[in-house]
Amino acid sequence: MTTADTTTPAIEIQGVGMVFNGGRPNEVTALTDIDLTVQAGEFISLIGPSGCGKSTLMRIVGDLETPTSGAVRVNGKDPRQARLDHDYGMAFQQAGLFDWRTVSANIELPLELMKWNKARRQTRSSELLDLVHLADFGAMRPWELSGGMQQRVAIARALAASPGLLLMDEPFGALDEMTRERMQGELVRICAETGATVIFVTHSIPEAVYLSDRVVVMSARPGQITDVIPVALGERNEDTREDPTFFASITTVREALRGAPAPAVTGSNSVDIS
Amino acid sequence: MSTVEAPQTQAPKPKTPSTNPGRGRSLIPPLIVGVVAVVAWEVLVRVFNIQKFLIPRPSSIIAALSTSWADILEGTKRTGYVAVSGLIVGVIIAVALALLCTRFHFMADALTPMAAALAATPIVALAPIYFKWFGATDATAKQCVVVSVVIFPVFINTARGLLEVQNVQIELMHTYGVGDWAILREVRLPNALPFFFTSLKVASSLAVIAAIVAEYFGGQQGTLGSIITQSAGLSRYDRAWAAVLMAALLGIVLYAIVVVLERTFIPWERADARR
Amino acid sequence: MATTAPTFLQKPVDPARSNSGRSGPSALSRFARRTVFIIGGIVAVALIYTAVKAMGHATGGTWPFTSMPLPFSTDDVTMPPVMDIVLRFGQPQRTGDPKNLTMWILEAMLFTFREAFVGFIIGIIIGMAIALIMLRTRWLERGVMPWVIVSQTVPLIALAPVVVAFGNQIKVPLFSWQQWMSVALIATYLTFFPVAVNGLRGLKSPTPLALDFMRTNAASGNATLWKLRMPAAVPFLIPALKLAATASVVGAIVGEISAGVRGGLGRLLIDYSAQYLSDPSRLYCVVIGAALLGVLFVALINVTDLLLMRNRPREAR
Repeated sequence: MTTADTTTPAIEIQGVGMVFNGGRPNEVTALTDIDLTVQAGEFISLIGPSGCGKSTLMRIVGDLETPTSGAVRVNGKDPRQARLDHDYGMAFQQAGLFDWRTVSANIELPLELMKWNKARRQTRSSELLDLVHLADFGAMRPWELSGGMQQRVAIARALAASPGLLLMDEPFGALDEMTRERMQGELVRICAETGATVIFVTHSIPEAVYLSDRVVVMSARPGQITDVIPVALGERNEDTREDPTFFASITTVREALRGAPAPAVTGSNSVDIS
Repeated sequence: MSTVEAPQTQAPKPKTPSTNPGRGRSLIPPLIVGVVAVVAWEVLVRVFNIQKFLIPRPSSIIAALSTSWADILEGTKRTGYVAVSGLIVGVIIAVALALLCTRFHFMADALTPMAAALAATPIVALAPIYFKWFGATDATAKQCVVVSVVIFPVFINTARGLLEVQNVQIELMHTYGVGDWAILREVRLPNALPFFFTSLKVASSLAVIAAIVAEYFGGQQGTLGSIITQSAGLSRYDRAWAAVLMAALLGIVLYAIVVVLERTFIPWERADARR
Repeated sequence: MATTAPTFLQKPVDPARSNSGRSGPSALSRFARRTVFIIGGIVAVALIYTAVKAMGHATGGTWPFTSMPLPFSTDDVTMPPVMDIVLRFGQPQRTGDPKNLTMWILEAMLFTFREAFVGFIIGIIIGMAIALIMLRTRWLERGVMPWVIVSQTVPLIALAPVVVAFGNQIKVPLFSWQQWMSVALIATYLTFFPVAVNGLRGLKSPTPLALDFMRTNAASGNATLWKLRMPAAVPFLIPALKLAATASVVGAIVGEISAGVRGGLGRLLIDYSAQYLSDPSRLYCVVIGAALLGVLFVALINVTDLLLMRNRPREAR
C-alpha cells in the first residue's frame, strides 16, 4: 500500500512534549523536548526505565495520544492522516486477538475495516500465515495457540495491510526467554522480507541491541531522550548473540541507561563466554 | 435440560462492583434524572389529561399512600414478615446443604444439576399446592414459597464458594498437618463469604418477589399483594401504585441490610469493590 | 472471565488443559452425568413424597413416636399418590372432554410461552437500545444507570396487576390491543432491566488494548460496535437472559392470573386450584407443566449460548 518513499523520513518528531492532566494537581509531564527522525527501513528501539514515556511516545506516533507541544510527521503526514491511511500496523504487549474470530479472521480484520473483498483478504491472510510460519493454523482459534504463536498472529495482523511502518509496544514482553529469542529472529527475518520501518518499545537491553539499527535511550521524570546509540552488527543471525560487538553494544546501552557517559565501544568490555 | 446452568444473578462474579452503585461517584446525576422523571411524569399526566386509571400522577400516589397509610403499612408488615422469615429459613437450609456438599462431594455432583434445573422453573407456581397443604389463610404456605425460591441461588453460590478454593491454600493447610475442620474454618468459609453475600443479595430481592407473587395466588387478605390486586381490580390505581411503592421500598431496605452485613463481615472485599 | 457461570462441577481447571476448548468426550460425559443426576433427583423427590405419605398414614398424622401433628395432612386429597399424578396426564381434562390433560397443558404452555417470549424479545431489543444510548451518552449513563441497578432490588413484578389493568385501557390505532399483549408487556419490562445493565457492562468490557487496536486501524464507530463491542457483550448478556427467561415465565403466569387471560398456565393453575377437591392430581400436573416451561425456556437460552459461544475459550464461558 503505502511504501515510504526514500526521500521523506518515515517519522519526524520535533520538540514533542506531553503533559497529562495539565493545570490540575495531578499534572504529570510525560515527555519533554523529544526530537527524533527515523529513516524509512530503519529499526529503532525505545528503551528506558518504567515511566520514561517510551510507550507514550509511540502512542503519539500512532495517533493514540495527541502531544501537548511539538510536531510529528509520519510519512510526511499528520499522524491522524497516517492512521486513517493505514500507514502503520501496531502490535501490543498482549496479542489482543479476538477470541470469537479464527486466526485467519483475526489477521483479516484490518483488511475488513479497509473494505477489501473476501477473496483478496483470504489470499493476503494465507500469505501472512506463511510469513509467520503458521500456515496450518488459520482455522484455529487464537486461544488454542501458545503465547508465542498468538504474538506471531498479532504481528501478521499488524502487517496485514502491508504498512510501511510497524509500531510495536513490548510485543515479546510476556513471553519466556526461549520463545522470545526465537520471535526476535522471526521479526528480523520478517523485517528483511518486507522492508518495514519499525519502532520497537522494550525493557530488554539484549533485545533492543539484537533487533535495532539504533537504540534510543530514554530517562524518566521528565521523559526525554538521553542517548541514541547506533548498533552496527550487520546481518543478524543466531551467531550474532555471541558476537563480541553484541556484548559491547549491550554494555554501551546499559551504561547509557545508568546515566554514565557512553564510552566508545571497545573490545575491552566484551566478555568471552565460550 | 442437561444444559441448564445455575441461576444467574446480575452479578456473575462475587466481587463485581455493581453492588455499590454510584459509590465514590457523584449522586447528583441520578438525583437530577430522578427528579426530572417524576416532574415530567406529573406534568405529562396533567397536560395530556391522561385519565388517572391509566397512570396516576406521582402526587396522587403520595396522597393515596397517606390516606391508606395504616392499611398499606400493615400490608407491608405482613408481606415483610413472610419474606424475611422465609428468607432466613431458606438461607439456613441452603447453607446447611452447601456445608454437607463439602463433606460429601457426591452430594455436590448430585445436587448442583438439580438445583440449577429447579432454579430455572417458576417455583412460585408451587404456591397453589402449598396453599392446599398448609391452608390458605396461614402464612406458612407463603413462607414455604419464599423458602423454595431462596434456597437455590444461596445453595449454588455458597457451595461454589466452599468448593472452589485455591489448591495452593489447601496444600498449605496440609503442610501444617491440620484436618478438614481447620481447612473449612480457615480456607473454605472465608472463601465462601463473598459468594454467600452475593447470593444473599439476590435472595433478598427474590424473597420479596416470591412473597408478593404468592399473595397474588390467594391466601390471607391485607397483604401488599392482595392490596395491589384488589386496588387494581377496583380501578383504584393510585392506591395500587402506593402499595407497589412500598413493595419497592421493602425490597430496597432488605437489600440495604444485606449490604451492611456484607461490609461488616467481609471488610476485605471493600477495597476491591470500590474500584 | 467475569461471567463464568457458577458451575462448580467444573473442578479447578487443570493448567495443562486450560488452553484447550471444550473437549468433546468430557462435555458429553458431563451431559450424561447431569441427566442421570436430574432423573435421579426427580425419582428421589417422588420417593420422599411417597415416604412422607406412608409415614403420615402409619402414624395417623403425627410425627413418628410423638403426638405432635404434622403441619400438613398426608391424605390422598392433599397429597395425591405419585402414580395418580403420573397417570392423570393421560386422562381427559374432565369427563367427556375429548382432549386429554397433557394436550391441555401443552397448549397452555405454548400460550404462556408465546406471551413470555414475545415480551422477552421486545425487552431484549429495548434493553440493548438503552445500553447503546448509555454507552454513547455519559451523562445519561451516570444519571440513569443507578436507577436501573436499583430496579434490580425492587420487586418489579408487583407492578404486574397494574400493567395488566393499564394494558386493558390502551387504544392503539390500526391494531387491536389484546390482553395477552399486556401480559407480554410484563415480560418485556422484566427482561429490559437486566439486559440494559449487563448489556452496558458487556459493551464496555473490551480492553483499552482492543479499543486502541480498532483505532489504529481507523475503524469507524459502527465497525467497533459490531466487530468488537457486540461480540464482547455476548457472555455478559447470557446470564441476564437466563434470569429474564425465568422471570418472564413467572411474569406471564402472574399477568394471566391478574388479567384473567384464558388459555395459559396461569388460568389453569387458578381453575384447577378452585376445583382441587374433586380432582387434586390435575393441579400437580399443571405445576409440573409450568416447571417444564421454565426449564425449556432456559434451555433455549443455553442452546443459544452454546451456539454464540462455541468458538470461545472455556474460561470465557
